[in-house]
Amino acid sequence: MAKSHKPVVWFPFAAGGTVIAFFLPVIVVLTFMAALGHVPAGLGYERMHAFAGSGLGKLIIFGVVALSLWSSAHRLRCTCYDFGLRADTLVATVLYIGAIAGSILSAVYLMKI
Amino acid sequence: MSRKPLVRECPPTTWYFRQPRYLRYMSREITSVFVGAYCVLLVVGLQRLAAGPAAWEAFLLGLRSADSIVFHLLALAATFYHAATWFNATQKAMPIQVGEDFVPGNIISGAHYVAWAVLSVVVLFLAGVF
Amino acid sequence: MKERTIQLEVLRYNPDTDTEARFQRYEVVCQEEWVVLDALNKIKADIDPTLNYRWSCHMAVCGSCGMMINGEPKLSCHAFLRDYEGVIRVEPLAHFPVERDLVTAPDDFMEKLKRVKPYVIPKEKKPISEGEYKQTPAQLMKFRQYSMCINCMLCYAACPEYGLDPEFVGPAALTLAHRYNQDSRDGGRLARQEVVATHEGVWTCTFVGACSEVCPAHVDPASALQQMKITSSIDWIVEHLIPGGKSARDTVSREDAGDIS
Repeated sequence: MAKSHKPVVWFPFAAGGTVIAFFLPVIVVLTFMAALGHVPAGLGYERMHAFAGSGLGKLIIFGVVALSLWSSAHRLRCTCYDFGLRADTLVATVLYIGAIAGSILSAVYLMKI
Repeated sequence: MSRKPLVRECPPTTWYFRQPRYLRYMSREITSVFVGAYCVLLVVGLQRLAAGPAAWEAFLLGLRSADSIVFHLLALAATFYHAATWFNATQKAMPIQVGEDFVPGNIISGAHYVAWAVLSVVVLFLAGVF
Repeated sequence: MKERTIQLEVLRYNPDTDTEARFQRYEVVCQEEWVVLDALNKIKADIDPTLNYRWSCHMAVCGSCGMMINGEPKLSCHAFLRDYEGVIRVEPLAHFPVERDLVTAPDDFMEKLKRVKPYVIPKEKKPISEGEYKQTPAQLMKFRQYSMCINCMLCYAACPEYGLDPEFVGPAALTLAHRYNQDSRDGGRLARQEVVATHEGVWTCTFVGACSEVCPAHVDPASALQQMKITSSIDWIVEHLIPGGKSARDTVSREDAGDIS
């Protein structure tokens, strides 16, 4: 038995789980308000653009999106196994690549703002 | 004496119906589906934001559909359930010993809930909700 | 004392004649304050002497009489009849091979227990003339709850990940590794990491938490495993991302437990 390299995927999962817990509920509330037709003032183009245009804003947005993506991808991988899907390597590859692709796209979009 | 042990297999696709606590665990894990889907929505939102004011306004307008409202309700339930289970688990992952005794677990989890509430109010304030 | 007639549905398996297990229904006149084990003893004494099960202390100390009672892992000496209504279904501990009736084969657990080196590996050996290895109450409290394990295997019967992947070292054995890792007199953590930090070690755990809920000794295996995931992750970072980290860590680990004051 060799020591596992699981920490590579687990550490960002744990960090992402914490980020999701602290930040995603309130972010969902904000877009839910927009969905109900009450767009919060802070979600207007000018203010969102200014926030995403600042260095700190870029860092926060990228951190939240990338870590949340990774964390949910990793948890979904375990869930697939729990549901009886035993092609773990395939599932893991697809989900992790998806999470990384989403993170790269976010970075690209943020650079454009 | 020869042994002939009987192996009663754990049913790989239906085991979680055996105990209510397994269903609770599976619902915690399934939140990842909605969290992941919501993250995809966030990435799309970033793309629209980068594409300019018209695209962003169209994105916000596009959120105002029945499907989107249902999706948001599911995402709300998933993220809140994730948060509650996550904060409840912190006392297990990071017990704190002060002197001889361990800090009671509900104080550690409670502190996380308080921090969560404060952070959420700050974000709502910065977003101009109030 | 009030009497009550109880219906027990007990799993039967005879390796000499059976290829499958079957349920057998018994009707037993019990005292109101009895536990399931008392009812089994009554069956064995008065109704069916061929029924097999393990027990010893009848006081939740020895850990021999673990069974599935209405699908829940329980010590049968700790399962009070007054808490149950209707037919009570009694099965051998889940996830273990059934030797005969309610008797399971614990071989796999015993082997895993040995693998984690569940004993103090002294950090520094010293002659008896230098006296005992002292420990403060705080140092004792750090691992005390994890030393309460009675090896009843209820946590293995509760753990779906062990059921799905029998290679998993499992809750009790890993928790015992944590118990010794947390002991101020112990210096064996790095040796135990060779088992703990593997895929079959803590990394098969998905934090279902059932182990801690069913433990009759109030040990918290889920907590122990989460803590070991964090230390194993820190180990990995030190070993792979910090130049010279591996040798530095060895030195640190020798120093940081030598604080008996």
